[in-house]
Amino acid sequence: MTENNNVLVKVEDLKMHFPIYRGVIRRQVGAVRAVDGISFEIHRGETLGLVGESGCGKSTTGRTMLQLYKPTAGKVFFKDIELTALRNEPMRLMRKNIQMIFQDPYASLNPRMTIRDIVAEPLVAFGTATGKDIDDRVRELMRLVKLDPDFMLRYPHEFSGGQRQRIGIARAMANNPSFIVCDEPISALDVSIQAQVINLFEDLQKELDLTYLFIAHDLSMVRHISDRVAVMYLGIIVELADRNEIYRNPVHPYTKALLSAIPVADPSFYETRERIVLEGDVPSPANPPSGCRFRTRCPIAEGYCAESRPEFREIAPGHFVECFKWDHPDNHKEVAR
Amino acid sequence: MANELLNVNELETQFKTPEGVVHAVNGVSFHLNEGETLGLVGESGCGKSVSMLSCLRLIPQPPGKIVNGTALFKGQDLLAMDDEEIRHVRGAQIAMIFQDPMTSLNPVMTIGKQMAEPLKLHLGFTNQQAETRSVELLEQVGIPRAKDRLKDYPHQYSGGMRQRVMIAMALACAPQILIADEPTTALDVTIQAQIVELVIRLREELGMAIIWITHDLGVVASIAQRVNVMYGGFIIEESPVRDLYTHPTHPYTIGLLGSLPQIHEQSRQRLYSIEGMPPMLYQKPRSCPFSPRCKWVVEHCRVENPPLLPVGDNHRVACWVDTTTGRER
Repeated sequence: MTENNNVLVKVEDLKMHFPIYRGVIRRQVGAVRAVDGISFEIHRGETLGLVGESGCGKSTTGRTMLQLYKPTAGKVFFKDIELTALRNEPMRLMRKNIQMIFQDPYASLNPRMTIRDIVAEPLVAFGTATGKDIDDRVRELMRLVKLDPDFMLRYPHEFSGGQRQRIGIARAMANNPSFIVCDEPISALDVSIQAQVINLFEDLQKELDLTYLFIAHDLSMVRHISDRVAVMYLGIIVELADRNEIYRNPVHPYTKALLSAIPVADPSFYETRERIVLEGDVPSPANPPSGCRFRTRCPIAEGYCAESRPEFREIAPGHFVECFKWDHPDNHKEVAR
Repeated sequence: MANELLNVNELETQFKTPEGVVHAVNGVSFHLNEGETLGLVGESGCGKSVSMLSCLRLIPQPPGKIVNGTALFKGQDLLAMDDEEIRHVRGAQIAMIFQDPMTSLNPVMTIGKQMAEPLKLHLGFTNQQAETRSVELLEQVGIPRAKDRLKDYPHQYSGGMRQRVMIAMALACAPQILIADEPTTALDVTIQAQIVELVIRLREELGMAIIWITHDLGVVASIAQRVNVMYGGFIIEESPVRDLYTHPTHPYTIGLLGSLPQIHEQSRQRLYSIEGMPPMLYQKPRSCPFSPRCKWVVEHCRVENPPLLPVGDNHRVACWVDTTTGRER
């Protein structure tokens, strides 16, 4: 890979294992390998979509990148700074630049704080505004996310889900961050409200030159908002490519199955399409399959897939796949789509 | 003409809350034919679940109250039956599955015990018969090693398997109608695809009619033959499935479909968004409930709530405005 000045965030072989303790003396008997060695870059001003099913490690990836968990191994760089090497106080100061928006707008706002206090908290914590300036900045932020600043003395329960998510966004924007991890920010919202929030994300990105890691399980929304998309399965990234490339020309068998499972709002689609329906459930990340993680559900797996883990290889410029059989004829059977 | 199984007419349900009376369902009428699948689509709070729960009298009363309407199941009014009669219909002839399979299963009872309950209650099976039938049912919904797994508790099953168990239990008495209330919303897409395939297969094998409640316009396109769209406690558009997607007619339906990103989309287009929020329903809407959010709104919309008006074959819409011309119909 060539050095790229345009890289804002870089992740190198990141691992996050959560220990499992058992017995009276709480001995460690194993680990949940939530994230098990992933590498990627996020370019300045782009949106990288991270998709996968529940439990695949996508949220853990976001949280570990922001050092909300201490990674088991691997490095995370923001600009040229290695976040994984920072001590507490320098890391705290870094958080001005890197922020997070959470899935549940009901759980991520303190019900006993007014909107003003919620949005002002990051300003106070970093001393970016004092006195009367705080209220001015809060008003400005509320206008930015298209909420009426006159509501700033109200409490979260007086707002709808979509409005609460806007409050969460205003809080994240308070200190002008450049990188934001959006952890399923629209999954808890109704369809007509989702579009409002997605449009807001796009407007803010243009206005403020933001870079997003957009985590979601809704593949059509991810395609809409992302420039590039990474697909995770059981703690690893199985495929990463440009958005149109990955949706038009998916290579990994899991990506193919995942895309064919997307419900499409077009009845005529179902008259022509053959669906790939995967058998069974995702294995436990505490005891992942040997070799390729996907082999237990893969329609084209072979004996050798169990022996070692395939390389995360660049099969075309910018298109990465972790599969032994990526160019095997078995993998080229056309999926009607 | 297919046989009509269920005919709901002018159903109205309200809830008393400390903040006032919530008018959840405001005069809903629809029918369901033998063997057909009807989609009931809308966002949270639009009354889609409450209207189906009302038909089965599963609304807690109080605070809920069915204030008006009839629900004729094979000519008999479900809303007028006494408790004993409705119990023979529920589970046996009309079965229901819910969104969250974990909260619908009893966590301290084995799957086998829970499955045996409806079989013993409705069909008078012995323990032995119930066990044999349970194994058959679990195999039918694709659970491997069904005999062993009867002894397991719900937490030992994955989310998708629990939903399969719920479906197996719903099918236990060979119901004529299956009401599925957001059965795949809590599941991942690949598991959702498994469940949808399963229900389509079972529908072909058993010939039951299905009412599929969902907020997902994608899922409903794959399974339903007719679709009713709800908003503010009313059905605002009813249509055969293809017509709904090719010719959405109500401004709300147009907005909902427009707010979905297209999977074939090549370049990034701005999503169509419906501004504002759904109504609170503390009063029964006298005017069109969608008029405050509608960009085609005319004066008539603010004074009178439109009835369902025909716009095509079996396609009716509750709107005063022809959105293709922008003029009143």
